[in-house]
Amino acid sequence: MKSTLDHAALAEEFNKDEERVDWHDGALWWIRQKRDRSAHQTPQWEELREAASAIKSNVISNLHDYLIQFEENLKKNGVKVYWASDAEEHNQIVYSILKAKEIKQMVKSKSMLTEECHLNEFLEERGIEVINSDLGEYIQQIDNEPPSHIVLPCIHKRKEEIGELFHEHLGTEKGLSDPTLLTRVARKHLRNVFLTRRAALTGVNFAVAETGEYVVCTNEGNADMGAHLSEVQIASMGLEKIIPERKHLGVFLRLLARSAIGQPITIYSSHYKKPRPGQEMHLILVDKGRSNLLARPDFRESLKCIKCGGCMNTCPVYRKSGGLSYHNTISGPIGAILAPNLDMKKHADLPFASTLCGSCSNVCPVKIPIHDQLYKWRQEIVKQGYSASRKTFSMKAMALTLSSPEIYKTAGKTGRWLLNNAPFAINNKFNPWYKQRDMPDSSQQSFGEWYAKNGSKK
Amino acid sequence: MSTREKILAAVKKNQPPLSALPDISVFKVHEEDVVKKYSEMFAGIGGLLVSAGSLETVKDLVRKDFDQSKRILSNIPALSDVAEISDSDADPHTLEDVELAIIEARLAVAENGAVWLTEDVMGHRVLPYIAQHLAVIVREDSIVSTMHDAYAKIATEDYGFGGFIGGPSKTADIEQALVLGAHGPLSMTVYLIK
Repeated sequence: MKSTLDHAALAEEFNKDEERVDWHDGALWWIRQKRDRSAHQTPQWEELREAASAIKSNVISNLHDYLIQFEENLKKNGVKVYWASDAEEHNQIVYSILKAKEIKQMVKSKSMLTEECHLNEFLEERGIEVINSDLGEYIQQIDNEPPSHIVLPCIHKRKEEIGELFHEHLGTEKGLSDPTLLTRVARKHLRNVFLTRRAALTGVNFAVAETGEYVVCTNEGNADMGAHLSEVQIASMGLEKIIPERKHLGVFLRLLARSAIGQPITIYSSHYKKPRPGQEMHLILVDKGRSNLLARPDFRESLKCIKCGGCMNTCPVYRKSGGLSYHNTISGPIGAILAPNLDMKKHADLPFASTLCGSCSNVCPVKIPIHDQLYKWRQEIVKQGYSASRKTFSMKAMALTLSSPEIYKTAGKTGRWLLNNAPFAINNKFNPWYKQRDMPDSSQQSFGEWYAKNGSKK
Repeated sequence: MSTREKILAAVKKNQPPLSALPDISVFKVHEEDVVKKYSEMFAGIGGLLVSAGSLETVKDLVRKDFDQSKRILSNIPALSDVAEISDSDADPHTLEDVELAIIEARLAVAENGAVWLTEDVMGHRVLPYIAQHLAVIVREDSIVSTMHDAYAKIATEDYGFGGFIGGPSKTADIEQALVLGAHGPLSMTVYLIK
């Protein structure tokens, strides 16, 4: 992580460039609207969400047996299976697979899990070069920044900034910023990467227990280019990616791309089952906090997530603060409920980066009650003593005020008097509420006073 | 205890009581005209759709629309006049210069425009991804309404690799501007035949 600042401080940085904030906000809202159009055109959309959620409930409740079944089928299909408790163990496994084949370069398609594990850094320290092949992730990698969105990794960047990066790293003409031309340059460069790498690593969108196959979804075709040209194919997946049967893919593939970007299906939905002759296939099952999350009844439903990014596109806080301000690989509302499970102290600020408007829960294709979980995490965080001290103090002051009618009346009166006669006492730089806002004029009397005067009248 | 056993024990201990799978046979869409719906959806995602009618016409169209001096590869023996028939033993890296790949779909899906290909019809797993342009032959009677119908047809078939492909490769990673031809084919044509 580049920074130790909290979400509010990082968001404030992002908010300095108002024009960029408006553009970012608009770009994501446009995607949300595409999602809506696509959802409304799909018959039985709500029933589909319900079914997806129920399938994932079943997965969570029977994960032990599904994992064993999946492993058995992988082995039958000729895939080598590994288990990893944490990032370190996962990274070591990848390293040992590559080392056994004396491979020094690997191409990787999108995988949030390996981002979370900081696999690239781990391998680079051991002399292995990794190139991210998803265009957005490639751009983030050459800029030495993590992805700011799980589906649209560089959504916060302007094309001129990308042009500048390409000029520096790929030798394009200075000032070139046309998206088509830049994409062509990356295509040429990365094609050569695909053709020369002996190892390719992909993430996993869905893993079918019944058959031992796993499905990887992309629009660019980068996972397939890497995998089918490799002699060593590695897939890393979190335990929760399991689905019971092949036919359940029908439900999830109908929901995923529509929820993500309003597309009827990703261009590529690839079902990997067996290695091709002469190729090795390896699959790593990663726990990294998942089994722990299963033990938290209030939060375990977040394991249903299919990483569509829909909750980010709709979130008013995400749209106006940018993904990087969440200082976590998975940002936005879903990141804010997943991160505290891994490290409550480090991510104590994230559940507060929300208005609790509930829009995230309304678009979630697997019906995770995201905003309820945000609210519950806040309670958990305060209980454990990890909330910001200013917040704890003001909450205590609020509790005292609300529990005593006398203090409440006096406080109300004082507040109204100050707002009307000395607004600078409240509206000043020490009060963050006023940074981008103004208060409406305060009324002259409280409701209590008004009621005492008018309540008895007919 | 090995990592595997540790993880499995923790999962077993922490997972909630069993909750039943839902009935997904309720998802039925009765599409009046699947060919029409398919054509609309496929065009909507940037694909080119041609009602060719027969493989003979496909040959004429390939001659007309693609540069014959470049490498055209197919696994369909009937197209040997216009395409080199792929050798399944060849190293996939040798397909780097393929201009056009012509593949026959196992089925196609009206609700999203995608075709379903398995490695036996691809000839090479990498072919539909590495070619500069992709052409897919779709028999009209192989078009189904939804993904549910597609998986009902695929059923328990055993394959090493299979994929849905729903158009030309694309990206919108640079300022959400749509660019066709990210890493895979720059264009995708579907030839409908009876």
